[in-house]
Amino acid sequence: MRDVAIVAFAQTDHRRRSDELSEVEMLMPVLHQVLTRTGLQTADIGFTCSGSSDYLAGRAFSFTMALDGVGAWPPISESHVEMDGAWALYEAWVKLLTGEADTALVYAYGKSSSGEVRDVLTRQLDPYYVAPLWPDSVSLAALQAQALIDAGATDEPALAEAAARSRADATANPHAQLKGEVPRGDHVVHPLRTADCPPIGDGAAAVILAAGDRARDLCDRPAWIRGMDHRIEPHSLGVRDLTDSPSTRLAAERAGAFERRVDTAELHAPFSSQEVVLRRALNLDETVRVNPSGGALAANPVMATGLIRIGEAAARICRGESDRALAHATSGPCLQQNLVAVLEGEAHA
Amino acid sequence: MPEVLRAPLVVEFPFTRSLGPVQSAFLTGLRERTVLGVRTGDGNVLVPPVEYDPATAEELRDLVEVAATGTVTTWAWNPQPRRGQPLATPFAWVLVRLDGADTALLHALDAPGPEAVRTGMRVRVRWAAERSGAITDIACFEAYAGESSAPASPHSGTFADPVTGIVAPARLDYTYSPGRATSAYLEALAERRIVGERCPSCHKVYVPPRGACPTCGVATTDQVEAGPRGTVTTFCIVNIKAKNLDIEVPYVYAHIALDGADLALHARIGGIPYDQVRMGLRVEPVWTEGARHPDHYRPTGEPDAGYDTYKELL
Ligand SMILES: [Zn+2]
Repeated sequence: MRDVAIVAFAQTDHRRRSDELSEVEMLMPVLHQVLTRTGLQTADIGFTCSGSSDYLAGRAFSFTMALDGVGAWPPISESHVEMDGAWALYEAWVKLLTGEADTALVYAYGKSSSGEVRDVLTRQLDPYYVAPLWPDSVSLAALQAQALIDAGATDEPALAEAAARSRADATANPHAQLKGEVPRGDHVVHPLRTADCPPIGDGAAAVILAAGDRARDLCDRPAWIRGMDHRIEPHSLGVRDLTDSPSTRLAAERAGAFERRVDTAELHAPFSSQEVVLRRALNLDETVRVNPSGGALAANPVMATGLIRIGEAAARICRGESDRALAHATSGPCLQQNLVAVLEGEAHA
Repeated sequence: MPEVLRAPLVVEFPFTRSLGPVQSAFLTGLRERTVLGVRTGDGNVLVPPVEYDPATAEELRDLVEVAATGTVTTWAWNPQPRRGQPLATPFAWVLVRLDGADTALLHALDAPGPEAVRTGMRVRVRWAAERSGAITDIACFEAYAGESSAPASPHSGTFADPVTGIVAPARLDYTYSPGRATSAYLEALAERRIVGERCPSCHKVYVPPRGACPTCGVATTDQVEAGPRGTVTTFCIVNIKAKNLDIEVPYVYAHIALDGADLALHARIGGIPYDQVRMGLRVEPVWTEGARHPDHYRPTGEPDAGYDTYKELL
């Protein structure tokens, strides 16, 4: 099997609203940035894959409009996942592993500002027993947070500390939406306060993958993907132990995360309480640098947040700030689906 | 730059769903104030019931009846109920393990405040006054002083007049904003001008502009006027009347290459019998009073355009 690496990453500045930009207008600058950084042109890209959701903007086939930003003529090899771009990256990785392409462009975007994202996300729930009750995303995360508190795994002050650490780290991230001192706020849904919840906003991200020597040509220190896996748990919340994430643990195991220690972890935890679950599932101790970017609590462009975790981890390796990093993406309520990627930089730049 | 446009957008759809035997029994049971679960191969009782074992994928059909009382396994106080949620006053979301069940059901708990709710508290179903065979037949849960009752007992799942389907209405509200390029296009239309944008790389003019050249993948920012006259490049005859559309059938829907544009737009053709519309027909927009966009296009009376003048735009 050949080696595949992330060789470029770009993201927008994430903002509460971006009414002046259509999705393609928001996306295009990051596409141009990753192409410019690698010197590649659209015609050089072997495979293109994107992640987004029509429900965010309330429009059918919205991803086809975004394709205008790629330059899809003459015809390109292209695919789309109706989910976070991290899963688009997984598809592209497989495509490169099979040898069907040497380079891939992966992008994702989300404009959560168009609708009420808490309501929009209810439409992904079981349509028979759960969706008719309209339990919003914060409420479901709050059930998980209370389960953690009952289990003695955390408490409200510890959650506040995790949220504060994320926003403090985000001050070093020029793209973050919510950074620095953020008041804990009132309970949005008890036990989660405003500060425990992610900001609502718009943004996009893009990544370029390349195989073997092509990656070395395009990047001084490629972030090699040593393993990647994704797993899912039953959709019914009442069947699961909400304080644990066996799917994350299994995906991490299959991705090789436990073979050697990682120095960095970018975790897709939109709620402070979910970081507790993920740290436990991944056996991350205090020596691992968790979410130096600020994570999803600092910027949460839905459908791009997971891809950004992988991009942030890769960028840290490319900059020489990490040698072995774990990146995690999630989808669905209370960490229902989880993807883990393990990235490494070579010893010599 | 003109002001960016915004408008409310409502997406509403009643999903009609059929139920399998297990879901049908469960939802019919709720209508009859009976809570059913399903027993797995290793003896666990799942409530709400599913048709396949989440651990083994084995098909499940062994229905059991459980109590309408149970224990809260986790909860979350919701101070500001949102549209569609079970209660309009502040309430607790709860996962409830009904007596006789091994898994928990998500629903709402009616309580005076968060201090009245705790994990482990005993609750019971408050049935909706009118029930139709839906999860909302449980109006909510309420506090209950009694101890855990009998274990699950076998149930045939058979009821008179079973519910075989549900209608799941969904409504989502958005504020649609078309972005810079389309906003500029719509603003110009309101002044009865048609503007496109030229690609700085391939120099094609796009009408309507969406802000990017799909061929080159670059932003189009150079605004140019196009039309208002144009040429029919291809067309179809619509024979079925669309719901809520006040246009008599048959009518013609056509691709129109506006003069100066490099991509055809589509619009309705009027002012000419439907069977006389043809490729090459020269047309112009017709604006109705107060409208933000042309109502339709009509013949200009000019001679037809030669095929070579529009063949690239087909
Ligand atoms: Zn062009």
